[in-house]
Amino acid sequence: MSAHASSGVTGRPEAIRAVPVRHPARWVGSVAIAVLVAMFVNSLLTNENWNWSLIGEYIFSAPVVKGVGVTLLLTALSMVIGLVLGVLLAIMRLSPNPVLSGTAWVYIWVFRGTPVYVQLFLWANIIALYSHLSLGVPFGPELLSFDTRYLIAPFVAALLGLGLNEGAYMAEIVRSGIVSVEEGQTEAATAIGMSRMQTLRRVILPQAMRVIVPPTGNETISMLKTTSLVIAIPLSTELFFQASAVGNRIFQPFPMAIMASVWYLALTSVLMVGQFYLERHYARGALRDLPLTPVQKLRRRLRRRRSA
Amino acid sequence: MTPPMVLAENVHKWFGRIEVLRGIDLEVANGEVLCIVGPSGGGKSTFLRCINHLERVDAGRLSVAGRLVGYREKGDRLHEMHDKDVAAQRRDIGMVFQRFNLFPHMTALQNVMEGPITVKRESKATARARAEKLLARVGLADRSAMYPNQLSGGQQQRVAIARALAMEPKLMLFDEPTSALDPELVGEVLDVMKQLAEDGMTMIVVTHEIGFAREVGDQLVFMVDGVIAEAGTPREVIANPKNPRMQDFLRKVL
Ligand SMILES: Nc1ncnc2c1ncn2[C@@H]1O[C@H](COP(=O)(O)OP(=O)(O)O)[C@@H](O)[C@H]1O
Ligand SMILES: [Mg+2]
Repeated sequence: MSAHASSGVTGRPEAIRAVPVRHPARWVGSVAIAVLVAMFVNSLLTNENWNWSLIGEYIFSAPVVKGVGVTLLLTALSMVIGLVLGVLLAIMRLSPNPVLSGTAWVYIWVFRGTPVYVQLFLWANIIALYSHLSLGVPFGPELLSFDTRYLIAPFVAALLGLGLNEGAYMAEIVRSGIVSVEEGQTEAATAIGMSRMQTLRRVILPQAMRVIVPPTGNETISMLKTTSLVIAIPLSTELFFQASAVGNRIFQPFPMAIMASVWYLALTSVLMVGQFYLERHYARGALRDLPLTPVQKLRRRLRRRRSA
Repeated sequence: MTPPMVLAENVHKWFGRIEVLRGIDLEVANGEVLCIVGPSGGGKSTFLRCINHLERVDAGRLSVAGRLVGYREKGDRLHEMHDKDVAAQRRDIGMVFQRFNLFPHMTALQNVMEGPITVKRESKATARARAEKLLARVGLADRSAMYPNQLSGGQQQRVAIARALAMEPKLMLFDEPTSALDPELVGEVLDVMKQLAEDGMTMIVVTHEIGFAREVGDQLVFMVDGVIAEAGTPREVIANPKNPRMQDFLRKVL
């Protein structure tokens, strides 16, 4: 047989219309799951103990909504502290200076190696240990002093506990992002005269973001839920504490815990959407085609349907 | 008398116990093009990297435009230079890599503007004007908004050349700039380099393109096992090589 150049005169052959593969097991599985879900929903609706009307009554009540606000604020600020600290610690860890890298190593070792619940408890109790914090020459005269009862109010203790702990985790995430960037990038930046810090800020970190963002999204979602542990301090204004307080007052702790869960689920869902767009943003230059947003997917599907 | 652009005197370099450069002597005058050829592992990249202090010289003297690279001479002792001063020295030396190493998160234009803005603190407008001119000079005026992964290898390498030129270097180093390219894309990069040489740029080019060396080079050195085994004008060295390894090498690449 001989190859010959296609002239295109004969035109395109008819499109293939193949019979798709059938998946009978998928159908059986779907039916089984549908039955189970129906049974569960039925029990949710008919069993009085779930007490849905109560949840509706309290879900937007003032203390609960305020609790949501405090939880969000705590999450945001703790993540900011964690991120800044994480970048700093990661840079220290990778520094050729042994004092810096050693310090970062010890920090990460201590803060990752102890439970955050215990750390929160300890920060709260530092008030008792150092009711008077002073800045001065060791064993010498005192230059500046604070009363820690005001400095470490419960909210600040919560921020310290959550933020400093998060810093240790973020440091490892940032470090893995930095080392994922090809060495040639550092060389190219160095060769045009950039300093170590300029290279890091302009060339390495933006590329490392692609590796850093997805686990940071997970950390943020995790942080939102971890804020419920500030009961160790205790910080009483946050969502779960407020929900429990209402539950105890009306002798209905179970529905109120469900109510708090609904809030957490709603908030984490919003975060997941944010994470999708952030990941997409940092994929620029790494992927030729960015993943489609849901809006783009919908548009494309509608267009296809119209043209069909 | 102005000092030569590059002067290497008995340059040595070790990696651990392996001696990679074993006494390199050469001189490149202003506006000259030096081509370095030789088998893989001979120390060509290491020598180039010593010139802009990506690697430190362990013994001997290496200077660019009359100034020692990476060291300051005080009395009869050498002092290591501060990172800041090394960076300042590198600004005058452009480097082009085998694997391009463009910044993938920046467009072609942003790649070229990056050095002037971040390192030289130029205004965006000034940097952009020059970057556009440079991209036009390498034939890529219409590709300035594209990201590196949307460009062909030859186009990426030409952007990399423009990026190096944006720092207005006195000396350009090329480390096998066409070795990672498909054969049909080699010519477009060599053309840009040839033009650059004609415009008077001082260049050191590590390459296997013997035709380019013969046409554009003022000097040709054959580097093998960390020494220069043969040197001269490209015409004489290529026409009648004396060193048997050079003869062998030429048979393979020609
Ligand atoms: N960073 C390094 N550490 C250890 N050995 C190295 C390093 N860089 C290069 N070498 C060695 O130095 C020798 C010369 O390498 P190179 O300069 O890249 O040669 P060429 O560019 O001529 O192929 C090789 O044997 C290589 O393995
Ligand atoms: Mg090499």
